[in-house]
Amino acid sequence: MRERLQEWVPRIVLAPSFVAVLIVVYGFILYTGWLSMTNSRMLPNNEFIGLANYTKLFGLKHWSIALTNLAIFGTLYILISSVLGLFLAILLDQQIRTEGFIRTVYLYPMAISFIVTGVAWKWFLDPGIGLENTMHQWGWESFEFKWIKDRDFAIYTIVIAAIWQSSGYVMAMFLAGLRGVDNEIIKAAQVDGASGFLIYRRIIIPMMRPVFLSAFVVLTHLAIKSYDLVVAMTGGGPGRATEMPATFMYSYTFTRNQMGVGASSAIIMLIMIFSIIIPYLYSEIRVGADKR
Amino acid sequence: MSHPSQDNAIESGRLIRALIYTLLIFFVIYYLLPLWVMVANSLKTLDEIRGGDMLAPPKDITFEPWRQAWSKTQIGVEATGLKPYFLNSIIMVVPAVFLSTFLGALNGYVLTKWAFRGSNLIFGLMLLACFIPFQIVLIPMARILGMLNLAGTISGLILVHTVYGLGFTTLFFRNYYAAFPTELVRAAQIDGASFFQVFWRILIPSSGPIIVVTIIWQFTNVWNDFLFGASFSSYDSTPITVALNNLVNSSTGVKEYNVHFAGAILAALPTLIVYIVSGRYFVRGLMAGAVKG
Repeated sequence: MRERLQEWVPRIVLAPSFVAVLIVVYGFILYTGWLSMTNSRMLPNNEFIGLANYTKLFGLKHWSIALTNLAIFGTLYILISSVLGLFLAILLDQQIRTEGFIRTVYLYPMAISFIVTGVAWKWFLDPGIGLENTMHQWGWESFEFKWIKDRDFAIYTIVIAAIWQSSGYVMAMFLAGLRGVDNEIIKAAQVDGASGFLIYRRIIIPMMRPVFLSAFVVLTHLAIKSYDLVVAMTGGGPGRATEMPATFMYSYTFTRNQMGVGASSAIIMLIMIFSIIIPYLYSEIRVGADKR
Repeated sequence: MSHPSQDNAIESGRLIRALIYTLLIFFVIYYLLPLWVMVANSLKTLDEIRGGDMLAPPKDITFEPWRQAWSKTQIGVEATGLKPYFLNSIIMVVPAVFLSTFLGALNGYVLTKWAFRGSNLIFGLMLLACFIPFQIVLIPMARILGMLNLAGTISGLILVHTVYGLGFTTLFFRNYYAAFPTELVRAAQIDGASFFQVFWRILIPSSGPIIVVTIIWQFTNVWNDFLFGASFSSYDSTPITVALNNLVNSSTGVKEYNVHFAGAILAALPTLIVYIVSGRYFVRGLMAGAVKG
């Protein structure tokens, strides 16, 4: 009897967490999926309307702006953060005496809330008091930097702030990868007379493929979810110029009383993230299992 | 990580090394610039900010913006400063971090030392839960909190942060315990130790590093959260990130940039201190959050 009980204890211990996740994650996904097929407005209702919300969603100018912005933001953010992260990691990997200090400085933005980052960059890029005004004070009267107030360029100011926040993180990922490279390979290449630049280009950087993949997955996932930074910096404006899927979902659901459309946009976001995360996790777990 | 013999440093001339150091210092300035802007301008008067150079140090240092941000400035309808919201965040963070870390440790223990048929599937589902966009759960969560009478309360936020933190905390402990020798657990069992005795007397005493990593990870995430705070709090349970955003983006009155900067530093201070004191563990958490398996 005691033996049997012992056997069930672990399952009983795991059960509350698992049931909670099952409900608040998977149950809620199903519920949001259902709502996306109802004509819910301010409150949820159960009147089934098929895929009408999705048709409506993809017909909305507002949503196509959000998707375009996500594409611009995502591409630049992922590309520049990866390149900058790799570049900084290579620089830091040259037996730098103050490496610990420099690493700490490069990475601290990751400890800060996106809201704080947003506030700092919002005022720093503000033409009235920020960079533009400062340059005028320094005597460069013709200097102009009004991107954050400009419909065509505001999205790039979000890119600037987001790269500032995450590139140190990518640097840390690459640095860990570089430290894992076998010294012998490099020494052998040096004996063969390869230059430092060539060794990086032909040997070390190609070996960083798994890190590029991890960085890509982490950054894509952050890009699709980005909400706080946009709210703090521009609130989606000027006009709708910096609207993103996450801000779209929030405003349609909670302020415009179009819950059905809001739910369908959340489902689209989920599909975007899962189509990247699931293959990644699957391959990671398989590699992990092979190692054991 | 900082073992010199593991560096891939290439033999290089003095000029190249000077260039490397110049670039490194340039980027140190780049990353510190926004922090400098916040600190310097939080100590200036509003007139000095409007008329002057944002990058310059303050001419006459004033702490009034900090006093304003902490206890006087108007947020929403009341002129309370950020203090009550800062306290809300603390009351929310402490139990949420404690609960999710504790449950994560138990889950990791079960998943590695008491694996049963289907436990891998359970882990997979909990892992995937780490990555959902939270927009997908906002509507049903709002309803459930309403049904539980927790809408707009700090207890509600604690519940939300605990359940959505479980995926990561479980992942951290599972990966850590996977490397813990199972023979020790089996030996203790043969000596008659129960499920919980093994957990408390054998696993927990050697879990120091992963407990620190998990607590820092959870603390940073919960403290910095904005979406849940904005969706599920009311005026007396608003966390600091939401209050800061309300302060900065309220459309009424004069824009008090110096107070905004002081408030932003106040909101960033707890996580910054944790990062500076224990950066090593913070980085380990970030890495564990990026690379699984």
